[in-house]
Amino acid sequence: MEFLIAPIIVALLASVLALIISVLDKHVNNYGDVEININRDKKVLNVKGGDKLLKTLSSEGVFIPSACGGKGGCGACKCKISTDVGPILPTEKPYLSAEEINENVRLACQIKVKKNLDISIPEELFDAKEFSGVVEEINDLTYDIKEVIVSIGDESIDFVSGRYIQLVVPPYGKIKESTQRAYSISSKPSEKNKIAMLIRLIPDGIATTWVHNYMKVGEKLKLIGPFGKFEKSDSNSTMVCIAGGSGMAPFKSMFHDMLEKGEIDREVWYFFGARTTKDLFLLKEFQEMEKEWPNFHFIPALSSPLPDEEWDGEKGLITDILDKYLKTEIDPSKHREGFLCGSPGMIGACNNILNHNGIQDIFYDNFA
Amino acid sequence: MAPDINPLVLLFASIFTSNILLANFLGMCSFISISKDMDSANGLGMSVTAVLTITTAINWVVYKFILIPFDLLYLRFIVFIIIIAATVQVLEMVIDRFSPSLYMALGIFLPLITVNCAILGVALFMEIRGYSFIQSIIFALGSGLGWWLAIVSLAAIQKKVLKAPVPEGLKGAGITLITIGFMAMAFIGFSGMLIVQ
Repeated sequence: MEFLIAPIIVALLASVLALIISVLDKHVNNYGDVEININRDKKVLNVKGGDKLLKTLSSEGVFIPSACGGKGGCGACKCKISTDVGPILPTEKPYLSAEEINENVRLACQIKVKKNLDISIPEELFDAKEFSGVVEEINDLTYDIKEVIVSIGDESIDFVSGRYIQLVVPPYGKIKESTQRAYSISSKPSEKNKIAMLIRLIPDGIATTWVHNYMKVGEKLKLIGPFGKFEKSDSNSTMVCIAGGSGMAPFKSMFHDMLEKGEIDREVWYFFGARTTKDLFLLKEFQEMEKEWPNFHFIPALSSPLPDEEWDGEKGLITDILDKYLKTEIDPSKHREGFLCGSPGMIGACNNILNHNGIQDIFYDNFA
Repeated sequence: MAPDINPLVLLFASIFTSNILLANFLGMCSFISISKDMDSANGLGMSVTAVLTITTAINWVVYKFILIPFDLLYLRFIVFIIIIAATVQVLEMVIDRFSPSLYMALGIFLPLITVNCAILGVALFMEIRGYSFIQSIIFALGSGLGWWLAIVSLAAIQKKVLKAPVPEGLKGAGITLITIGFMAMAFIGFSGMLIVQ
């Protein structure tokens, strides 16, 4: 019987500790019923206190964007809290500018709901919803980029081209916790019961590994959105769009939308940067578009084409190509605007080139 | 039997001559990562001291009255860790509820401390060296204060280093590790004065 003593003692010890924690949690961590007032009486929620604001709001159907899934790792879940909730936490500091701190902007994932709160969030977040979908198609676009098309059944999504959506990644393999990652929507706004994304495999990326190696057609998943501010402007100025890799997604949606709505008077220059022909995709689709839409110019460019590759398009860094076209091809007398989607490095570099060429209005969503 | 040591000697020895961080090299990860700014370093040092003292006291009781009588010494690692984790959880909840300002200063560091090896290290030292209850508490308090002293000193030095012309390749972790090396050497200078191990 002696061999039983050890497991019994450990089990007893653990259960006593667990009991203490759960009793304390019930009594100490009980903040009673709390009222959250969003955007001055626009929406008033009566909730139980004790959880983080982000989680409390999402359980009530108000979705604040969060690319990291509430771990304090992205700084996307900013919202203004006009009630005093104590000083800025060290976990929030890295994500807030001095101006934001002045305006009581906080990270919703770090603030615990303990008392009545008055908060304000961008109005369009009320449109963000949670969608249950089924994976309809997974298409290989290149060796490392997949197009995932999710059908959301009878539900319908309203969004403006350029918005992103958050993919809820369930626990899989060695990953024990659910997490969320943001992807631009590549389907057209008119396809109301479909959400498509372009997802590039990042080595050891939690979400991208799941999509590339685990996800199967027919799998059920959840999506939250739409979020973001990236969209085409209302003016008739020349659009200078630059993308790399899976940054293709929002532009795919945008151009198809414009084509569908007949906005083809507008001049669009679309630069797509890749390393070799292996990294290029959807070329035909955009070349077709050029035929239907004379003012649409598609310029794919390879930065390091292999010697034996057949390629008669532009060669060189996308920034150099962009500079060349801005100086020689794209009429500077018309107002020009920049639209960017890609890696932070690419966005920074293209921002510089656009600025040097006198383009001040530059749009992009900053999420990593 | 508990060793016969003057409590004051034990306290000073655990702070200086056998500093848990700079002589035993325990608790390095949070030491390096949280020492960039003085306020956080101070908060973390305070929390480590509090958690260390409280958990060592509880661990001593469990060790003496449960592990020894039932001859379960081989389970001490698991049991100590469970107790540390649970205590930290309880402390975090209680502080968050009853003292928001204290929570601001040290509460948010508490989850970090669960996996701080200095805490488990002190529990194991107390067992190996056979300290009595009072001695264990003094030793834990001293180790915590020593850890606190070390991290605050490092944060202060880092502030100076920021203004120094550090070679490009050594910026960040490189110069921090070199600084810690110098600090460890300075603390080793104390080591002949008081002997407790």
